Amino acid sequence: MTSELDIFVGNTTLIDEDVYRLWLDGYSVTDAVALRVRSGILEQTGATAAVLQSDTMDHYRTFHMLERLLHAPPKLLHQLIFQIPPSRQALLIERYYAFDEAFVREVLGKKLSKGTKKDLDDISTKTGITLKSCRRQFDNFKRVFKVVEEMRGSLVDNIQQHFLLSDRLARDYAAIVFFANNRFETGKKKLQYLSFGDFAFCAELMIQNWTLGAVDSQMDDMDMDLDKEFLQDLKELKVLVADKDLLDLHKSLVCTALRGKLGVFSEMEANFKNLSRGLVNVAAKLTHNKDVRDLFVDLVEKFVEPCRSDHWPLSDVRFFLNQYSASVHSLDGFRHQTLWDRYMGTLRGCLLRLYHD
Amino acid sequence: MPGKLKVKIVAGRHLPVMDRASDLTDAFVEVKFGNTTFKTDVYLKSLNPQWNSEWFKFEVDDEDLQDEPLQITVLDHDTYSANDAIGKVYIDIDPLLYSEAATVISGWFPIYDTIHGIRGEINVVVKVDLFNDLNRFRQSSCGVKFFCTTSIPKCYRAVIIHGFVEELVVNEDPEYQWIDRIRTPRASNEARQRLISLMSGELQRKIGLKVLEMRGNAVVGYLQCFDLEGESGLVVRAIGTACTLDKLSSPAAFLPACNSPSKEMKEIPFNEDPNPNTHSSGPSTPLKNQTYSFSPSKSYSRQSSSSDTDLSLTPKTGMGSGSAGKEGGPFKALLRQQTQSALEQREFPFFTLTAFPPGFLVHVGGVVSARSVKLLDRIHNPDEPETRDAWWAEIRQEIKSHAKALGCHAVVGYSESTSICEEVCILSASGTAAVLNPRFLQDGTVEGCLEQRLEENLPTRCGFCHIPYDELNMPFPAHLTYCYNCRKQKVPDVLFTTIDLPTDATVIGKGCLIQARLCRLKKKAQAEANATAISNLLPFMEYEVHTQLMNKLKLKGMNALFGLRIQITVGENMLMGLASATGVYLAALPTPGGIQIAGKTPNDGSYEQHISHMQKKINDTIAKNKELYEISPPEISEEIIGSPIPEPRQRSRLLRSQSESSDEVTELDLSHGKKDAFVLEIDDTDAMEDVHSLLTDVPPPSGFYSCNTEIMPGINNWTSEIQMFTSVRVIRLSSLNLTNQALNKNFNDLCENLLKSLYFKLRSMIPCCLCHVNFTVSLPEDELIQVTVTAVAITFDKNQALQTTKTHVEKSLQRASTDNEELLQFPLELCSDSLSSHPLPPAKEHLESASSNSGIPAAQRAVTVEKASPVGDGNFRNRSAPPCANSTVGVVKMTPLSFIPGAKITKYLGIINMFFIRETTSLREEGGVSGFLHAFIAEVFAMVRAHVAALGGNAVVSYIMKQCVFMENPNKNQAQCLINVSGDAVVFVRESDLEVVSTQQPTANCQSSCTEGEVTT
Repeated sequence: MTSELDIFVGNTTLIDEDVYRLWLDGYSVTDAVALRVRSGILEQTGATAAVLQSDTMDHYRTFHMLERLLHAPPKLLHQLIFQIPPSRQALLIERYYAFDEAFVREVLGKKLSKGTKKDLDDISTKTGITLKSCRRQFDNFKRVFKVVEEMRGSLVDNIQQHFLLSDRLARDYAAIVFFANNRFETGKKKLQYLSFGDFAFCAELMIQNWTLGAVDSQMDDMDMDLDKEFLQDLKELKVLVADKDLLDLHKSLVCTALRGKLGVFSEMEANFKNLSRGLVNVAAKLTHNKDVRDLFVDLVEKFVEPCRSDHWPLSDVRFFLNQYSASVHSLDGFRHQTLWDRYMGTLRGCLLRLYHD
Repeated sequence: MPGKLKVKIVAGRHLPVMDRASDLTDAFVEVKFGNTTFKTDVYLKSLNPQWNSEWFKFEVDDEDLQDEPLQITVLDHDTYSANDAIGKVYIDIDPLLYSEAATVISGWFPIYDTIHGIRGEINVVVKVDLFNDLNRFRQSSCGVKFFCTTSIPKCYRAVIIHGFVEELVVNEDPEYQWIDRIRTPRASNEARQRLISLMSGELQRKIGLKVLEMRGNAVVGYLQCFDLEGESGLVVRAIGTACTLDKLSSPAAFLPACNSPSKEMKEIPFNEDPNPNTHSSGPSTPLKNQTYSFSPSKSYSRQSSSSDTDLSLTPKTGMGSGSAGKEGGPFKALLRQQTQSALEQREFPFFTLTAFPPGFLVHVGGVVSARSVKLLDRIHNPDEPETRDAWWAEIRQEIKSHAKALGCHAVVGYSESTSICEEVCILSASGTAAVLNPRFLQDGTVEGCLEQRLEENLPTRCGFCHIPYDELNMPFPAHLTYCYNCRKQKVPDVLFTTIDLPTDATVIGKGCLIQARLCRLKKKAQAEANATAISNLLPFMEYEVHTQLMNKLKLKGMNALFGLRIQITVGENMLMGLASATGVYLAALPTPGGIQIAGKTPNDGSYEQHISHMQKKINDTIAKNKELYEISPPEISEEIIGSPIPEPRQRSRLLRSQSESSDEVTELDLSHGKKDAFVLEIDDTDAMEDVHSLLTDVPPPSGFYSCNTEIMPGINNWTSEIQMFTSVRVIRLSSLNLTNQALNKNFNDLCENLLKSLYFKLRSMIPCCLCHVNFTVSLPEDELIQVTVTAVAITFDKNQALQTTKTHVEKSLQRASTDNEELLQFPLELCSDSLSSHPLPPAKEHLESASSNSGIPAAQRAVTVEKASPVGDGNFRNRSAPPCANSTVGVVKMTPLSFIPGAKITKYLGIINMFFIRETTSLREEGGVSGFLHAFIAEVFAMVRAHVAALGGNAVVSYIMKQCVFMENPNKNQAQCLINVSGDAVVFVRESDLEVVSTQQPTANCQSSCTEGEVTT
């Protein structure tokens, strides 16, 4: 006796969250059944393995049919075929677009192209995430990217509107899209200690302050691209390290203010010029795409690592950066205060976030 | 020219890409009614076209309005080649033809293609202007309302129940016409869909005419079926019950109509008798009149059998005939006279209803059924479908005579079905013989015929159990005792019926789904030989199905079956029998005896041991079941009511006589005496198997109940959480081991596994009851068995489910108080005044305590919170809510029941009757047979919901999937499926929403309900 056909269709579509997770994680029906058996569900419910197999198949079939709609979430809301309560629809969408930390770290900042897609095999092996799940996550990134790429207005709002994601997840996607668009390098070994959260945090600050949208929300192409003019202007900051007097004055202002307040004062004093040069040079180089991509590498190399090697506590870093940015306002010969604030305000936030072990 | 149909095409959305080059579509729409076609403009390059057309107006006869569906075709415009069809929408405009239903059809309809399924949606507005037509000889029957519901619909009152209406129309099946060889599958499918739609319309119109002739205004319990007879044609037939209904007009639209007798039927919870104090035990007699007949069709062939199979267990024995008839007798005679006159005018005193206004049903005799085997022959003249008519008339005649034999003048819960395999067709009809109160059947001299003085004389709560036949002249040997409730009248020891449990019946404990399953191999044969072979097998199947039911019923410790439905399916090389019913313990009937096993060779020691081991197992199971279903009738010694003289135990006796003569009688008589003596004789391995299979039926997991009636006896506190579903399974038998036994086991496993899967799937709804569980078996091919189940799972309130283990006394004490809560949570829209006087069936103290509590309904009922899904929205995280919280698609509930728990139906919008064909030539790509059928059923649901929503409704009640014919050809990567569904589109309002309105206007309707209350109690 073999089952040729075995289906269950409810007027309200039944969604089993556990099975949905297994499906999203890319397990085959057989694996999913095995995992469910291991979870002890048979004992709890008194069901048989055959029942579980049939149930799993059924849910997988439903998810497979829903997947087409999940690619354009507003369709899921308007379609008539599956009657699903709104809260369940939201859950389906949210889970479908959720991603694994390990996976996103692998592709963050990479071009979302066929080439990268070919590397998914390796990523799957490396992260232990099934290839199927990798594909789904990658395709999600790419799909969101494609839809919002050419769109005006706030990146987060656009994503939320077209994919109906929660605020949190929409922000994460904004970061992913932003990174992919600007191709920031995140895979270098020295950046491995950084989490996706760290990058997403920086991305949000940069979107808020360094893009065209930050200045004028009526502009095209807004949140995705850095403000070219702004990057060009950043060259002007070079004077802070190029002009020896200005550099000395800046140092003395910072040192006076921080004397006695910093545990690592002497180290700071000794390193001031190096650090300052590092930070200003990063700014000055941002006109080149290549250097934009290396932004995070540079920041870690030029600032995070030196401080870390001197064992600066985070509080000292904060004191220093606050004072370092603020003191510039007292430099009479320096004319680019606004530019400096736009640059340093964001950079300070990023650095503080990046500064950990 | 009595009607103008107006149609407006507004917009489309989610259309498929028809032009690969641009990834867009140039869509336009053709609107066709009858022979007139209109077209919209082409809306270029869009998947979401906005046509916003003018009103297309069709001027048509109302006859056409009834017959024809409105046909909307969406096409892709192509300059150089033929326009490609995207899909179609058929809209039945019948609901617009009677005044109280829908006034406009407006909404998004899925665009359906028989090859591709749903492809986008289209927004359509449809209106009808009807002109009055006073022509007496008109052919239309506009205005007659149709209901699938098999009880008087909620917001109506039955003035007169006229009786049986039937009609059938036949045609050639387009699939078998010569033209089918040259046209595309799509064209052929569409021709079929359209034809069936037309035939349904015609059928409905003709039935409507009959109703008008009877001076009725509605058909209740309308059941329409298709017989796909293949080469010989297509038959669409329908039966129903003609009624005159009165709309319960209430001052406020929402004000619950408290005086509706029909409403009470449904909405009053079934009650357990708090203290069934008059029980005793006595000899038991399963009573059941199971009759069948079959005759190989051709008129020249002889009638092979026409017989009563009376499976009753006791010969007429010491029946205390003394005082029994004293009170009931003369009255009964009087009643009979009246009923007779009322009913005898009718050709067939049949009623498709399964639930009745209080007082309608006087006595129930038992199940009557008839089957007939026919050879199909090409229908030569579709306009004269006399053969088919004659076939059914023959069967109905037989049913009528069986009912007569049971001393009954009417048949209720009547239904008809067919099973077709190649050119052999089994026609079946079954129902419950009953004696009815004539008052409802006559043209109304009695105003508002439901107020009966007569009823005062009748013991309503147990009356229906009392035998209708003359005990001294019984149609078959039965074992009678005095009614355990009133102790005045005689009752049988077991009662089988096809109806729902009457609301006023006293039930002890809970009920459960009982199924008998059976397969019989038969040789492949041609034509007449085949028909004869089937005819010969039928009585054995009936007998075995019946025995299984009886055994299982006893094993459950119960004494009555409701909603019995026996389906016999014929295949190439086998016959399948599947009987489903809901077992209950009726307080009025005697306690069922146990089951005793008798061995054949009593001297063998080990054998004896084995037997006693089995016996123990059976006894244990009975005890366990009694606990599980809370069956604890009070033990009262027999002497108290002077039960009939117990007689010495008799061995089971099986009499079979069979001959080839035309008046052949197959008599199966299984009789024995004492109540404990239902004897199973194990005389061969077969019997052993049977006993084993009895014990292998696993009870549902804890927290689950199931029944095939409307609702579960013994559970009252339903929540509003419902989930309707359809599940289909097909198994392939390995042809090697095709023995009857292996077949039985396979079939049994199939059904049991299916139930297990359902319990598992719906586990999140526990505590829950599967109601109206409807199994359908078909044999699509040699080695395939297909089982389709449709049911609704309803969650009930746990608190009351938990008080199961209480002793009876405690329970009865508690019951009085808990009943109040039940009342309050149950869908009664009680104006606080009406509650006290609600015509409740239960004993007086209930009413009193209920009234004392009637002040608090608001707070109590707020408990029934709407939950849209069985899976609930429980653990969805409270992250910032994404913007999708407000879905634009309204929820449409579907249920096979006639009501919606926790809600009140305020309006019936019309009947939904839809037929779909889906075909694929890329089966693998669509996920194999499972993927294909899963998607199709989901699409069918979607189309039903869309039509209901467009009518302005939010639910379908009495939903039924009448047909699901699935054919596959995996080698060709092809499959085809036909589905026919029907139901009543309704508007319902949540109890909680009603609250405000009803408390504001507690006056008018309550008066009438008070008077009623008096009458019924």
